[in-house]
Amino acid sequence: MFISALRTMWKVFLHIFQKPETIQYPEEKPYLPPRWRGRIVLTRDPDGEERCVACYLCAVACPVDCISLQATEEEDGRRYPEFFRINFSRCIFCGYCEEACPTYAIQLTPDFEMSESNRQNLVYEKEDLLIDGTGKYHDYNFYRVSGLKIAEKDKGEAVNENEPVDIRSLLP
Amino acid sequence: MSAWLPWLNIFGVLFGALTTAAMLIWVERRLLAVWQDRYGPNRVGPFGLLQVVADVIKIFTKEDWIPPFADKPVFILAPAVVMTTVLMSFAVIPFAPGIGVVDFNIGLLFFLAMSSLSVYSVMLAGWSSNSKYSLLGGMRSAAQMLSYEVFMGLSLAGVVVMAGSFSLRDIVEAQRNVWFFIPQFLGLVTFLMAGLAETHRLPFDLPEAESELIAGYHSEYSGMKFGMFFVGEYLGIALISSFIVTMFFGGWLGPFLPPFVWFGLKTSVFVALFILLRASLPRPRFDQLMAFAWKAMLPLTLLNLVVTGGLVLAFGF
Repeated sequence: MFISALRTMWKVFLHIFQKPETIQYPEEKPYLPPRWRGRIVLTRDPDGEERCVACYLCAVACPVDCISLQATEEEDGRRYPEFFRINFSRCIFCGYCEEACPTYAIQLTPDFEMSESNRQNLVYEKEDLLIDGTGKYHDYNFYRVSGLKIAEKDKGEAVNENEPVDIRSLLP
Repeated sequence: MSAWLPWLNIFGVLFGALTTAAMLIWVERRLLAVWQDRYGPNRVGPFGLLQVVADVIKIFTKEDWIPPFADKPVFILAPAVVMTTVLMSFAVIPFAPGIGVVDFNIGLLFFLAMSSLSVYSVMLAGWSSNSKYSLLGGMRSAAQMLSYEVFMGLSLAGVVVMAGSFSLRDIVEAQRNVWFFIPQFLGLVTFLMAGLAETHRLPFDLPEAESELIAGYHSEYSGMKFGMFFVGEYLGIALISSFIVTMFFGGWLGPFLPPFVWFGLKTSVFVALFILLRASLPRPRFDQLMAFAWKAMLPLTLLNLVVTGGLVLAFGF
C-alpha cells in the first residue's frame, strides 16, 4: 500500500517536467475544425440571392425554440423569410437546424466569440445573420435544381430535370 | 532597541505567518496545476501573484450570511478558534536564533495542546451550522482527531527522549550532529500522517470531503468566516511543515546560508510535499482511516518509543 502510494506520488511529481496542455486563450487561439458548430449564419446562393426559402424546418428542428421567422413570397414565386430571428442566448449550437435545412441556407461556423454584456444584443436579426458568401457549399442554388415553378423557370426546366409527364396521354 | 525587539518579533511572526498562509493559496493552486499539466492562476499580476489580493477583496465584499437556523454565538466563534489556536502555536516555533516569540521550556506540549484545541473549531462549526452535512463533517473530524491525536504526541516522544527536553530550541540544538529524521525515521513518518490528519489535508480531508459532504463543516459558512477557515487551513500547513522541520530536520541548522533562510527552505519543501500528497493520493474510506490510525500507526509509534527509550537507557546517548 505504501509502495504504491509512493510510486503514485513520484509519477505525479514527474509531471513538473511536462509541458502544460493549456492553450492561453485570448493570446493564443485554439484550432477550430471547419465543421465546428459555432455562430449560425444565413448564406446566399452563387448568384447572391438569399438561399432561405422560409420552410420553417429549422424552427421545427430547434430543440430550444430559438429560431423564429415569417415566410413571405416575391412576385416571381420565390419564397423568402420576411424576418429571421435567432436568439443566441437560448441557442445550444446543436446544429439540428443545419441538418434540417433543405437548401443549405442555415449553416454553423467556427466562431464562438460572441459574448455580450447586454442580453438583448444576443438576438440576431436577418441582417446580422446573412453573409455575402455561399458558406460550405459553393455551387448550390435551390431554384436552379428544384422543380418548383417560378416566374423565369417553368416545370421541367431545372438542371437535370426531365419534362413533366403528361398523365393524360397514352404515348410512352 | 531591546525593548522594541519582542514587539518586532511578535508582529514579524504574525505578519509573516499570515502572509505565508495567503501566499500558500497561490502556491498550492500553481503547484497543483503544474502537476496536472496546467498553468494555474497566471493572469492577475506577475505570475498571477496578485490572485490572492483579488481573492481577499472578493471574500471581504461578499455577504457574510448567517443561516437563521444556526446557533449564532457558536457559529461566529468557531472560525475564530482555528485562527487563534494556529497563530498561538506559531508563537513557540523557533525560526532562527533570536527570531521567535516565546521560548517555553514546554514548547512542544504547548504546540500539542493548541493543535488539539483547534479541533473544537471544526466540531463547533459542524454542530452550530445545524445542517446534516456540517454535522457529519464535525463528527468525522472529532473521531479522526481523537484517533490521530493519540499517536501524534507519542510520535514526538522519541525526539523528546533523544533531545532530553521539551523546549523546541533545545531540540534544534540537539540536532547539531545528526538530524533526528535519521534515528527517528518512524517518528517522522507517523508524525507526518498525524499532521496530515490534523490539518484535514488530503488524503485525510474526510471532515471536508467535497465529493460526499459538500465541504462538510464549513458548508454553511460564507464571506470572511469561510475565509478564516480557509486561511486557518493554510496556516495549519505552514505550521505543521515548520514543526516537522524543527523536530526532525534540524530547524535553522545548515551550512553557508543564514539560519532563517535554511528554515524557510526546509519548510517550503514540506509544504510542497503536502501539496504533492493532495495532487496524487485519493481519499480513504472512513473506517479505513480509523483502522489505519489504531491498527498501524499507534503500534508503530509505541514500538518506536520503546526501542528509542531502550537504546537511550542502554547506551545513554
